[in-house]
Amino acid sequence: MSWSTLGPVAVLFGAVFTNNILLTNFLGMCSFLAISKEVKSAVGLGAAVVFVMTMVNAIEWPVYYYVLVPLNLTYLGFIVYIIIIAAAVQLVEMIVERVSEPLYQALGIFLPLITVNCAVFGAVLFMIIRKYTFLASVAYGLGGGVGWMLAIVAMAGIRAKMAKAKVPRGLEGPGIALIITGIMALAFMGFSGMMRAS
Amino acid sequence: MFTVAFWGEFAVGLGTATAIAALLAIVMAIADATIGNYGKVKVSINDGARELSVDGGRPLLSTLMGEGIFVPSACGGKGSCGLCKLAITDGAGELSAVEAPWITEVERGKQVRLSCQVKVKRDMRILVPEELFSIREYKTEVLSIRDLTYDIKEVTLNLEDPAEIDLRPGRYIQFVVPAYELTPDPVYRAYSVSSPPSSKGVVELEIRLVPNGICTTYVFQHLKVGETVTINGPYGDFYLRDSDREIVFVAGGSGMAPIKSMLLDMAEKGSTRKATYFFGARAVRDLFLVDEMRALEKRLPNFRFVPALSSPLPEDTWKGETGLITEVLARHYERMDNHEAYLCGSPGMIDAAIKVFKAKGLPDELMFFDKFS
Repeated sequence: MSWSTLGPVAVLFGAVFTNNILLTNFLGMCSFLAISKEVKSAVGLGAAVVFVMTMVNAIEWPVYYYVLVPLNLTYLGFIVYIIIIAAAVQLVEMIVERVSEPLYQALGIFLPLITVNCAVFGAVLFMIIRKYTFLASVAYGLGGGVGWMLAIVAMAGIRAKMAKAKVPRGLEGPGIALIITGIMALAFMGFSGMMRAS
Repeated sequence: MFTVAFWGEFAVGLGTATAIAALLAIVMAIADATIGNYGKVKVSINDGARELSVDGGRPLLSTLMGEGIFVPSACGGKGSCGLCKLAITDGAGELSAVEAPWITEVERGKQVRLSCQVKVKRDMRILVPEELFSIREYKTEVLSIRDLTYDIKEVTLNLEDPAEIDLRPGRYIQFVVPAYELTPDPVYRAYSVSSPPSSKGVVELEIRLVPNGICTTYVFQHLKVGETVTINGPYGDFYLRDSDREIVFVAGGSGMAPIKSMLLDMAEKGSTRKATYFFGARAVRDLFLVDEMRALEKRLPNFRFVPALSSPLPEDTWKGETGLITEVLARHYERMDNHEAYLCGSPGMIDAAIKVFKAKGLPDELMFFDKFS
């Protein structure tokens, strides 16, 4: 199966479930561990990631295929991606502030955090390595974001429950969170198993 | 060796990366001028008493400061001191997560916000307390530092720029402590002014040593005559009300300052109001400015100064009032039906005195106080 032949819809669902960027590639771990203590902020950060990932993929695709490839400059990719991500996040912040007050309130403090979120950077790299079409790239950005959001919100839910549980002292905080992430990743592997079986 | 082909490729790479960066910079600049440009915005203060036309897009606190209106703030607009509260009746948007911990339920009902966290994006209606309009920042020079007791110093500041301050007696100013070993950032501390309003060019403060206090340690160990001190103000609603009721002043420690200012003001205006000043201290070594108060008794026909010691030492040979200030007050007044009380001192002392006054029939609205916190 070649990545580049998948349609946008398949890419979208694949990115959410079977290929979850957080649980299969373990990208975006730092903000995942830091902001998953309560569901409300997890939803806020997750929504910001969905937003930025979709938009960044839509911008980076034409830059890669219409600027870097024709000029033989693909080796400059990393630098170009990161400055575009940084600028895009700034731009998104300004637009959101202007257009929607409630959305800005919800995402406001999270947007700057996302500039350095490796899941966003990873999504750009995967879209290029897997040679997605433009539509598939945008779908991948959207799906990757939704998948990341799903994982962090689920994690926040679990940690909320866990607040009442007795955790061995040495494992409190990030320790137990990492173990839970591993178990969640195993569960998500079930999705890809289902795909293969069918 | 680098070949021509290499340099060509290098130039293309460098050029492209620079072009992309430049393009993004241009996009950001355009975005800033279009999306980030909120144009001229009208800010209406106190139901149209003052109308400002300002450039939108910046926080309200700094926008107001640009217009010469100083809202108290100690953290420089980071949302971490909670001082810059203002009621914004229209145009503020939703309460943000940064503000929420600072705003009480009651304040929420009054649409109080942190002015450093609210951006001016559209026409706004705000309420600014009248006294904030006269707040300025003053550069001053230390004229003298005098020991009043072993732990209270009188600091006299000469105003340089602006050269005069308009005060009502009882008001306080904020003293700006520059960064030094106890604080990495400048901090602000409030002190009542003890000089009368007529001394427009000179401000006198009474500062009591608080062990390890950032400001008091600075004043007691570092401040020297001739140094420059920045203050801002005036603030506060503790001032002498105009009426013909008998005045009861109650103070302890450096609570002396605002009362002294009020008394000097009364003396200058030739007031004949009946007034009694109860000053609570532990022992004689905690008493100060007694001679000045006795002199005021001569200048004011109906004024009496009553120092009271709670635990006079044997060597004090004290013949005046003894006991807690509350006991002295209870002894002095039968009923308080034509009185007005002004209290300044520690919260414990003020709360105890208020209880006594209530029991004697003095209504809440005739008790004015300035609690140290």
